Amino acid sequence: MDYLWAFLIGGGICLIGQALIDYTRLTPARILVIFVVAGVVLTALGWYEPLVDFAGAGATVPLTGFGYLLAEGVRRSVDSGGLLGAFTGGLGASAAGLEAVMIMGLIVAVLFKRGDKTT
Amino acid sequence: MNITNKEYGEITKRRSPNTKAGLSFTKAFLFGGAICVVGEAFLNLYTHLGFTRIDSGTLTSMTLIFIAAILTGLKLYDKMSKHGGAGTLVPITGFANAVVAPALEYKTEGYILGVGAKMFTIAGPVIVYGIAASALYGILYYIMR
Repeated sequence: MDYLWAFLIGGGICLIGQALIDYTRLTPARILVIFVVAGVVLTALGWYEPLVDFAGAGATVPLTGFGYLLAEGVRRSVDSGGLLGAFTGGLGASAAGLEAVMIMGLIVAVLFKRGDKTT
Repeated sequence: MNITNKEYGEITKRRSPNTKAGLSFTKAFLFGGAICVVGEAFLNLYTHLGFTRIDSGTLTSMTLIFIAAILTGLKLYDKMSKHGGAGTLVPITGFANAVVAPALEYKTEGYILGVGAKMFTIAGPVIVYGIAASALYGILYYIMR
């Protein structure tokens, strides 16, 4: 059952992204920024957490989930470390993902041949 | 050529074929949903192996990033994106692709200003505005809790 909700909610969030692509002239970079910031705002309002409990990866895998991770990390850090936590929680919570992405970017750039096709 | 942005937009809109909105929506939904199902499977796997809820989520993200990076290197993610649209852009795999693809593509400009700098073309703004928003939330939360 959790797979069905992950599929429906995850697919639904991507559907919003597709609407932005089809009906606005927003670039992919802008869409990703909007999704991350939206994730932070929705988490701050307390609306995203229920979605995560309900849909699991369906809510955490889309980039709004990255925003959720940042906001959650900040909230936990402020709870445990006070105001300084506002400036350490975000990167702290997302460190593993960001490091993975940078290291993989480097490894792939070293090991793989770049495609010559123009896209 | 003296045409305004607005006119140009109208011309391109008139000239470009009517996008089959229904099809692009269906594909985005299917691709996005499928990637999340893969994520859910890894989440369940790591939870089953005894990791905490938070660690399982982190490991799931890292696994999806790893897979997306390899698929990007093999030029398979680009092929998927042509069909998936937002379904392959919005999940964390799309974020990984947005980092790895320019890193590989700009290898010709060297490892410092090519690979090292260009991998942040899209990831940079995402990280900057995400962190800024979360820090702002942290300050408000500190004041209001």
